[in-house]
Amino acid sequence: MSARQPLPAGMPVTVLTGEPSTHCRTPHYLRGKRGVVVRALGRYPNPEALAYHKPGLPALTLYQVEFDAAEVWGDRLREAPYRIIADLFEHWLQPLDAAPEGSR
Amino acid sequence: MTVHDHGDHVHHDHDHDGDAHPHAPVDDLDHYQPESLLMEQALRELLVEKGVFTAGDLQRQIDLTESRTPALGAAIIARAWLDDAFRAALLADAKLALGRAFDLDLANTPELTVLENTAQLHHVVCCTLCSCYPRNILGIPPAWYKSREYRSRVVIEPRAVLSEFGTELPAQREIRVVDSTADMRYLVIPLRPEGTDGWDEQRLAGLVTRDSMIGVSQALAP
Repeated sequence: MSARQPLPAGMPVTVLTGEPSTHCRTPHYLRGKRGVVVRALGRYPNPEALAYHKPGLPALTLYQVEFDAAEVWGDRLREAPYRIIADLFEHWLQPLDAAPEGSR
Repeated sequence: MTVHDHGDHVHHDHDHDGDAHPHAPVDDLDHYQPESLLMEQALRELLVEKGVFTAGDLQRQIDLTESRTPALGAAIIARAWLDDAFRAALLADAKLALGRAFDLDLANTPELTVLENTAQLHHVVCCTLCSCYPRNILGIPPAWYKSREYRSRVVIEPRAVLSEFGTELPAQREIRVVDSTADMRYLVIPLRPEGTDGWDEQRLAGLVTRDSMIGVSQALAP
């Protein structure tokens, strides 16, 4: 994904699931949830490598992603609808456009 | 040993007055060294020895962090309330705007995004993973911000949490909880209070609390 254009604002994405044994910056409560890209925040070294004093290069695109609380919490939602914004790295995001691989 | 007369305050309420100079370093740590303190010391010494950073780098970073306080944030917010062009610049590129308008050296500090609260939309900032906070503007985060309770609850029941801070928002005001999970830090421009027309920057800054720039509170009423 890193060689391609950044995902555009409004692109629906699903946060990947998974349990890396390393440090990572993807909160559990958002894994597997659907959100929408707000904007790309730039490229930053991969924190999963930085945590072990490695360079974390090539840098990865960090995205601001917005979620509906109802999507995140489902039946556990106790309040009126609200939104959650989190900043997630590209390798945790699966774009939900139906475009075939390589067409972007 | 020089004896200082400090009049009304007492320095010697512990059990070794004989050798305690009024200005002697606090020696509590001789008696109690929590594991976390030893860990910090060991880690710091290792990082310096390995050349990851120097002791001077660390001291400069501590000095920088301690020089940043909510008073700086309040001055920024007051300016943003008064100056539309500055507010627009701040929202577009916060570090650039602050470097120009406040003579702040923000190089080598994390990225910063400023979010504006409006009559329609309220932002509240947290870091569910640790304690990410706009230290380059506001300094050290409050203890509650780092607590497990705040971090876990604000993303699932923000209105209840805000209410415990005394913040009751109109039902129709949308809430956006901002989880600073990575390299971006967030600072909130609270809604300018009613009844402050004609106020100058300094007076307005007096209404801007630390908590209102995190978004758990609103600015003080005049």
